[in-house]
Amino acid sequence: MKILVFLEQRDNLLKKSSLEALGVAHRIVQGHGSVEALILGEQAQALCEQAQGFGATTCHYVQAPSLRHYQPLLYKEILVQAIKQLQPDSVLGMTTPLSRDLLTRCAAALKAPLLTDLVDITAQEGRLMGGKKPLYAGKVLATLTYETQGVKIATLRPNSFAAEKIPGTMTIQALPLELPSTAMEKIELTEVRKGKSQKADLTEAARIISGGRALASADNFAILHRCAEVLGATVGASRAAVDAGYATHDMQVGQTGKTVNPTLYIACGISGAIQHLAGMRTSKIIVAINKDPEAPIFSIADYGIVADLFEAVPLLTEKLQGILKE
Amino acid sequence: MRIIVCIKQTPDTEAQIRISDIGKSMLLLQDVKTILNPYDEFAIEEALRIKEKMGGEVIVATFGPDSAKEQLLRGLAMGADRGILVASTSFPQTSSLLTATVLAQLVTQEQGDLVLCGKQGIDEDNMEVGVMLAELLGWPHVNAVTQLTLTDTSAHVEREVEGGQTEVYRVQLPSVFGAHKSLNTPRYASLPGIMKAKKKPLDTKTVSDMGLEEAQLKNLVQVRVDHYEYPPKKPAGKLFKGASTESMVTEVLELLRTEAKVI
Repeated sequence: MKILVFLEQRDNLLKKSSLEALGVAHRIVQGHGSVEALILGEQAQALCEQAQGFGATTCHYVQAPSLRHYQPLLYKEILVQAIKQLQPDSVLGMTTPLSRDLLTRCAAALKAPLLTDLVDITAQEGRLMGGKKPLYAGKVLATLTYETQGVKIATLRPNSFAAEKIPGTMTIQALPLELPSTAMEKIELTEVRKGKSQKADLTEAARIISGGRALASADNFAILHRCAEVLGATVGASRAAVDAGYATHDMQVGQTGKTVNPTLYIACGISGAIQHLAGMRTSKIIVAINKDPEAPIFSIADYGIVADLFEAVPLLTEKLQGILKE
Repeated sequence: MRIIVCIKQTPDTEAQIRISDIGKSMLLLQDVKTILNPYDEFAIEEALRIKEKMGGEVIVATFGPDSAKEQLLRGLAMGADRGILVASTSFPQTSSLLTATVLAQLVTQEQGDLVLCGKQGIDEDNMEVGVMLAELLGWPHVNAVTQLTLTDTSAHVEREVEGGQTEVYRVQLPSVFGAHKSLNTPRYASLPGIMKAKKKPLDTKTVSDMGLEEAQLKNLVQVRVDHYEYPPKKPAGKLFKGASTESMVTEVLELLRTEAKVI
């Protein structure tokens, strides 16, 4: 049995979350087969080295200048060819904007069964059988099983599985295939503009500090940004704060925003509407700061502080500075 | 330009989702209040703006239950020209590939030049149908689009990805795009709009009307639901109140360090 893991690079850097997929693949095969990886990129060969020691026995690469950025149809044609050539039992990737797009398109091209955004997997005799997936932004979870034969495709939610150091040797080899020459005629990524911050995206962040309507203005979000700076956290917001114009859409956590999964989530002045809770309830540790002791957010908080956030957050920042310096 | 906006009926964001007691294999969605999938509103708005600028026709379409006419009417009230409901009633279980196959046939029959949809349904959160539809049509696709500028034959498209980065694409039409929130601000359906909507054409079709075979489509359901469950309930946390903010903050930080071990 063979599992192929699609390892994702951005800006010629291997995405750390991709290594989690290698750990999962290793867990699935359990000595019944092999874990192979695939990297596409401008410097893909060099990036293979970084996958060494995480469970893959072979790391295939396709290297070309045109593969520097995600080119949707070019990447798709290569991955479809790779799957046909390598004949894996299943293909794994992470649930990222790139992989979720690419693996879904490949599934349609191959008419292969697909499960996206799994937070757990089921395996039997070295085969991926199915997994668990949150629906309705996490209000319920479904346990799903593949029903058809042929290659099975899945994407895994970042931070749900640990990347493991697995001793062993890995072969690096170029995948022999013809680069499709016309794939960029219909669609071409021409530019990637850097964002304002180099911070981890909410969906991948290990620490998040979020603000609600109680922040009362966009300027007041500065106190969260200062705390985030000290904590190495990404700043999020509730839908109420976004609708009020205090925060931008890309900061929204919840059912019509981002579903997050950090180890630490600090909710400041967020009452805890059901659609917000749905998007952050799988956070490992939740801290809530709110003036209202009856706020629903306290029902899922590990640690709740009934206090004015304008008093509590600066204190938190100040004391964290002391602690993290130690 | 003929623009087809694919929409979906979803439960309201504030709805509690309940699981059947027997077998845990069904969701009890009959009595849940339904809405137009929030992201689809941005797709409809964008289609209307393109039509206003470039002329053409806007069709709202869905593969869904009969009650999804309500969501199609909403699209018509916003300003779409006509609606098409392809009935999903005879499919106890569907899949993204099945839905995409039905919609691809619809787009082909209606000779659409452009397809817009929401970036994801807020029910199953799959983000699959748009890109699958594009693949089946052999068209390009960009999801989570935050900016779209069209000429007759091509599009300049921007989308936000992780880390606040923006990807810029040059796309040849026809194409499928998935709308993100910051694409535009959807208009409200006006009262005259709502009145007019009731007189606009709204066709109901079955998959066989569209030349598709039900049995073959059912083969596209390739994954089975074993059961549903609620997320694990967290044990009650520790609530601090009444003391000075400083002492409460200090105590929680200490617990984060020694008990939770996250800092």
